[in-house]
Order: sequence, then structure tokens, then C-alpha cells
Amino acid sequence: MSRARTILGIFLLFLFLFALTGERPFASHLAYYYDILINIGINVILAVSLNLVNGYTGQFSLGHAGFMAVGAYAAGSWSEHLSPGLVNFLAGSNGVLTFVLQPFPFLQPFAFPTAVADNLALIVATMFGGLLAALAGLAVGIPSLRLRGDYLAIVTLGFGEIIRTLILNIDFLGAARGMSVTGRYTNMFWTFGFAAVAIYVVLGLVNSTYGRGFLTVRDDEVAAEAMGINTTKYKVIAFVVGAFFAGTAGSLFAHYAGFLTPEGFNFFKSVDVVVMVILGGMGSTTGVILAAALLTILPEVLRALAHTDFVPAAQKAIEGVIPIHLPPLQGLLENRLILYSLLLIIMMLTRPQGLFGDLAGSRKRVTSSASK
Amino acid sequence: MDALLKVDRCTIRFGGLTAVSNFDMSIGNRELVGLIGPNGAGKTTVFNMITGVYQPTEGQIFLSGDRLNGLKPFNITAKGIARTFQNIRLFASLTVFDNVRAAFNLHLKHGPLHALTRGPKFKREEADIGAQAMDLLKIFNLDRFRDVMCKNLPYGDQRRLEIVRALATKPRMLLLDEPAAGMNPTEKGALMTLIEFIQEKFDISVLLVEHDMRVVMGICKRIYVLDYGITIAEGPPDEIRRNPKVIQAYLGE
Repeated sequence: MSRARTILGIFLLFLFLFALTGERPFASHLAYYYDILINIGINVILAVSLNLVNGYTGQFSLGHAGFMAVGAYAAGSWSEHLSPGLVNFLAGSNGVLTFVLQPFPFLQPFAFPTAVADNLALIVATMFGGLLAALAGLAVGIPSLRLRGDYLAIVTLGFGEIIRTLILNIDFLGAARGMSVTGRYTNMFWTFGFAAVAIYVVLGLVNSTYGRGFLTVRDDEVAAEAMGINTTKYKVIAFVVGAFFAGTAGSLFAHYAGFLTPEGFNFFKSVDVVVMVILGGMGSTTGVILAAALLTILPEVLRALAHTDFVPAAQKAIEGVIPIHLPPLQGLLENRLILYSLLLIIMMLTRPQGLFGDLAGSRKRVTSSASK
Repeated sequence: MDALLKVDRCTIRFGGLTAVSNFDMSIGNRELVGLIGPNGAGKTTVFNMITGVYQPTEGQIFLSGDRLNGLKPFNITAKGIARTFQNIRLFASLTVFDNVRAAFNLHLKHGPLHALTRGPKFKREEADIGAQAMDLLKIFNLDRFRDVMCKNLPYGDQRRLEIVRALATKPRMLLLDEPAAGMNPTEKGALMTLIEFIQEKFDISVLLVEHDMRVVMGICKRIYVLDYGITIAEGPPDEIRRNPKVIQAYLGE
């Protein structure tokens, strides 16, 4: 019964998302909002996957942008260099599919219409990006996960910077010129589809006896080992799964923006994601999703606010009362980093457990419904 | 006697310091053995050596003939040695129920993919683990705290929960590290009954490290005495009580 309802729920969700899909509005007034929504989806994937590492497993990683970069550039070059030939080979006018379908004229319409081909290309590229990022996660994770706390943070930070510098020096990937990705296939459906998969995987893992291992690693590594839990294995799994989804987010970004620069994946991008995780509450998936959405919208709202007449007027009014020169409020509102820091300080002082607070609260509900 | 646990002339050195030297120990099936000694005698070091936290510099350790040297702590737990800690180490952010269920991880037949697909095999095993965990909690009268965060439990219950969690790994041998620490005389009495009960009910061997003489003398059939890393005496409680070396180690000359 509850299973049937779950399936129905997922089905309806997908139907809703299909309704959202449509054509990507390139040059209408809707483009801006579409853009924000896609960015929310990508940030949700990033934050939820980093939460598995930083929140549930308690390993502080600062290299998420590095994994995202691996996924973005891998998927980008796949679409640019490898995929066209393959698609042509499979579905081109002289391709395998045309040849196979030739004796069946009534099947001709299925010979890869463009829309299907685009979507397929996106999935394949995204899986490719995700897998390469997961490999990178494995390569970084195995040697560095014997480190703890600050040391691990430094190593992952170093990894992110290495990736960025490598890309900066690889001509094939466009180096400092950046790399364009012509196939801008990313749409609402796949962005939120992958976000849903990321959420499902993280929650599914954590809410099981198998996944309770992640939580025990965070709570007490020595006790976890004494209870027969292979802590290294769990850390590596968390790292690899986290890296995989960071890679898929990178691919979706690459096929949305259509242009990649190494600077887009610098340290500050990692910090953005870490801030989402901390703001949402380490180990609370609901909170982290909300924080990702909030922090994507916030700079846009603030930018809009900064350009109203109200702000300079307010500044003038304040300076009229107290005789000091304030820093330009407009600039303050436009600079999200200052606000992020303020937000974090306020959060840590008032709600150190994150937006949704109580770790167990969000988890227990899921656990009890899963065990029914 | 066919030994379940056999420690064969183990020495452990940290730099120039010999924490335990030439330690021999042999514990049979279903035996309740004590390990005592003054502060800093090396009792916990012996514990950490048996459970794989430290590797012995020399000597070997066997569990029913299997060599334990070089194994990681989680491997040793899988072989059948479970332990508690001197300072309570529960999984603070988990509930009482989840603390116990986490210890079943070891015998899990399903992997991450089963956890994601949530098939019948996964559901059956989860239900089974839940039932077993509840049974254990009921035995120790902790089932009423099922959904309480373990950090909110009273101290004595936390200690007992640690024992329950260790038993959930289905050990053949249970190592208790100062379970009576911080307990009042009534609680200590209850603990003694509890340890004897566990030994019989679960049909396992118990090695007890303890400071409190009354507890150790009261329930252990055999006692090892360590002082400065050296075994100074071994035998039944009555002998140990009269042993001049032991009296000297505890009371001075």
C-alpha cells in the first residue's frame, strides 16, 4: 500500500517536472527565472552530496568544487569531442540505427528524433562526468582519508586547487581561455531529476543498517571500529558517492552554461557549498536542500534590492542622522560573500544545529516510515 | 584446557617505555576472568592490544587458534571479541535503538545497493535486526528508552547500553573496561549480578578490567594481577587476596 503510494508520488512528481521541461526559454523574460531554478537544482545536488561527506560522515571536505570541475570538464569534452562521432555512428543518416530500422519502415519515427538524442546525450555525458569525478574521489580519498579534521580539510582544499591549476594548463580543455560546450541540453527535468536521485541515494544510504555506519564514523571512530565497522571503507564510500554527484552537477552546469572557465571552480565555489551544508545543518538533508535554494535566491534578491531607489535614500537618511560615511550599502548588498559571513556568524551564535536543527528529527521520521 | 583467547608472551613498547612486558594470558570458554592492578599498570594497554588498537611489539595473540596480530580492530570484532570502553563511547547523535542496530552492521548480508533498492531481502533483514535489537534491549530493561537520544540516558544506563551494543556484535568473548567506574555501591552490586547473568545467558567468556576489588573478587573465577606491565600474580580470588606481592603492589611496603 505505502509502496504503491510512493510510486504514485514519484510518478506525479515526474509528470510535474515534465510539465516544467518544455523548451528552454532562451531570450524571453522567463529566461532569468529559469536560470535561477536550474541553479537551485545544481546547488541542491552539490549541497546534498557534500552533506553525505561533511554532515553524515563527519569528514570535512573543502574540495567539492574540484570534483565538480572534473565532472564539468569531463562531460564537456565528452559532448564536444567524443559524443558527436558516436551519435553520428549510431543515429546518423548512415548510422547503425538507420541501418537496423531500414527493413521496418513503421519504426522509422523512432530513429532518434533530435529531442531524444539531446536528452540521451545529456544523460550519457552526465554519467561520464559523474564517473570520472567518482574516480577522482577514489584517488584522493584512499590516501587522504586516514587524516582527520583540519588535515583532511587542507588536503581536499589542495586537491581542488590542483584540479583548477591543471585545467588552467591543459590546452585541450581550453586552459585559461575557457571551454565552450555547444550542446546546451540541460533542462529543468534532468536537473531536478538528478537532484531527486542524489537526495534519494543519500537518504536511502543513511536510513539503513548499512548506512548507519556513516553516522557511527562521525560520532566516534574508535567505538565504530570496536563495533566491527570498517571506518576507512565508509569514509571512502562517502567520498566517492559525494564526488560522483558533484561530477553530475558539474556536467549539468557545463551543458547549461555552455561555457566553462577554471575560475568558476575555485576555492570560493567549494566554500559556497560548505556554507549551504553548514547553514542547512550538518546531517539534515531537508535543511541542506532549503539552504541551497535560499543561498541561490538570496544574491538575486539582494541585487534587485540594491538597485531600488530605496537603498541610496536609506543611506542618505542614515548619514543625515549619524555624521559618518557608511560604506556604500549598494555594494554591500551586491557582495554576497560579506553577507554569507554575517549569516554564518549569526547562525553559529543562534542556531549552531542549522536551519532545520535537530539532527535526529529529520532522520527519525524517515527511519520509522521505512521500517513499517 | 582448550583456550578461547591465548595471549602468548606479548610485549608492547612505546618508544623507550615498556608498557607491558611478557604478558601471558589464557582464557577458556565460558570463563569469567579478572585483570587488576594499580593505576598505570598496563591493564587498558592489554585491552587495546587484544582488540587491535595497539599492535604488540613482540608476542602473539590467538582466538581459538586464529592469530590476531596485525588485524584491524573491526576485523578482531568480526572474529568474536567485543569490548566496552573505560570512558563511555556511545554514538552520541543516535538513539538508543540505533546505537544497538549500528552494531549489527558487522553481520549484515546486504550492501549499499540493497539499501538503495529496498527490496524484500533488505526489508526482511532490517526487520530481523530491529527485532533482535529490541530483544537485547528488553533483556537489559532498556526498551522503554528505545527512541531516547543516548546522550540523554542516566549514567548507569549508558554503561549498560554500551554492554548491550557490544553484545549485539554477537561476540564469543566480552571485554569490559572498568564497568563499575563511577558507580555507587548499590549499582556495583547490580552490575556484578548483571555480568554473571550475561556470562551465563549469552554463553560467552568475559574478561573484566576493574579497579574495584569487591566487584572483581566477587565474580571472577580467576584473576591476573599486573604491576608496571609485569604479571605479578595469577590465580583464584582467595589466593590473590593473600598473595604478598599483590598486597605490596596495592598498599606499598
